[in-house]
Amino acid sequence: MDNDRLLIVEDVEVSYGNIQAVKGISFDVRKGEIVAILGANGAGKTTTLRAISGLHKIEKGSIRYKSFEITSVPAYKIVSIGISHAPEGRRIFGTLNVRENILLGAYTMQSIDDERLHWVYSLFPRLQERQNQLAGTLSGGEQQMLAIARALMSKPEMLLLDEPSLGLAPILVKTIFNVIKEINNAGVSVLLVEQNARLALQLADRAYVLEVGKIAISGSTKDLLSSTKVQEAYLGKKSNR
Amino acid sequence: MNTFFQQLVNGLTIGGIYALIALGYTMVYGVMKLINFAHGDLVALAAYIGLTIFMKVGTSSSGLSILLIVLIGTIMIIVFAGMMLELIAYRPLRNAGAPRLSAVVSALGASMVLENGMMLLWGPNLKIFPSNILPSSTWSIGGVIISSAQFFIIVSSLVFMLLLHLFINKTKLGTAIRAAAIDQEAAQLMGINVNRVIVTIFVLGSGLAAIGGIFVGIYYREVYFNMGWLYGLNAFVAAIVGGIGNIPGAMLGGILLGVFNAFISGYVSSSWSEAFTFILLIGILIFRPTGILGERVAEKV
Repeated sequence: MDNDRLLIVEDVEVSYGNIQAVKGISFDVRKGEIVAILGANGAGKTTTLRAISGLHKIEKGSIRYKSFEITSVPAYKIVSIGISHAPEGRRIFGTLNVRENILLGAYTMQSIDDERLHWVYSLFPRLQERQNQLAGTLSGGEQQMLAIARALMSKPEMLLLDEPSLGLAPILVKTIFNVIKEINNAGVSVLLVEQNARLALQLADRAYVLEVGKIAISGSTKDLLSSTKVQEAYLGKKSNR
Repeated sequence: MNTFFQQLVNGLTIGGIYALIALGYTMVYGVMKLINFAHGDLVALAAYIGLTIFMKVGTSSSGLSILLIVLIGTIMIIVFAGMMLELIAYRPLRNAGAPRLSAVVSALGASMVLENGMMLLWGPNLKIFPSNILPSSTWSIGGVIISSAQFFIIVSSLVFMLLLHLFINKTKLGTAIRAAAIDQEAAQLMGINVNRVIVTIFVLGSGLAAIGGIFVGIYYREVYFNMGWLYGLNAFVAAIVGGIGNIPGAMLGGILLGVFNAFISGYVSSSWSEAFTFILLIGILIFRPTGILGERVAEKV
């Protein structure tokens, strides 16, 4: 059973100065799953992902990836362990061209794997057309595609996605969510942070709902979609009383 | 017209030196957002070390092999000094998450330590650089006089700039440096060790400062302990004129500032050239605060 669990987060607490953003949360991601973390602004979703990828030091608790303790592993080593993070706000390298951005995703690899590059370009054909364009001149949706493409180049087993739908037109959001499903079908486990609860619940296998730094609700997405509490608070449905 | 071409040659010589030094400022600023005030002092230290090595290996003979020994020896020592500077003056602050102002104060402190250290080691008096490092031949092309030192400095500055350009744009580590300059956190997510990038830019910057220091010695033939401020400040202005953080900008800014200085010296007065340097700086800051090449691609929301 435990072999099945790829990522285990236990009692993790994270603070910014005096403000505690994450107040002791525990969850796991199993091999092949898409797990969503939902919640309002400031609930601690992004902080949780940053703690996993080593960008933010945690105060308490432990994070394990396949039996490795990665709690205090520096951020630049996390990607070679197998976890890749497409961060909030995309954070692409605007003054480098699209191709350079994608190849930087394979920085830890000995050489560029052509097969992988073809696969990534087949997921996002738009990026191949724009290889030589500066990444900063791409549209918001294309930048999001680039952030995901870049994260895939290191051949991760686990992908952390932070708000891939943020600020995008609904049609693009749909495209990107379809690609996430496709990436997952290729065997990559996904931990997805989203504000768009409806979409995330449709895509994911399980979900955790964060409220001010604590896990308020968790379960399979099927159960969450039918829970009245989730419907009222996150899906905007009024229950008939 | 002769004055024009003569001053152009003189300006390109000084400009090449400024550009080499400016690259160190701009690379460190690009990645760390820090003005490394001790950079100019590494230039002065390089001139002293170069002089010392030259005195040891051969004052009687000259020639390219001696110059090569002086250059390589100085580069090695200054690169080591640059790495120590980063390790002692900047890294502890970075690890502690100190604000940027603390690092600037640390830079000023390191500058004073270096300056006073040089004064203790070599004394407060001006030292004369030997004139026979390069053959003293000159060429006259249509009335414009080019010395072998000028020719050597202009050509090799361009060669070193080209090498740096290729390294930054064509190699994996060079791309990592550019990525870290844009976004350190995102660079770490790619698996880039930012500390290693910072050590690399200090190695590159100090190496170029070492070359610049030797060139200053060869061209001006005098070395004094606080000359780092003069050349450092000019190179710093050059980096801002070109657009600080921008590598081609530092090259362009250095050459433009050198030529500008030479023309002011030739057509106005050499005692005014410093003043005009800062008038140029103020002008650039008013009309083009990001420098000539310092443009940013707009961020999309």
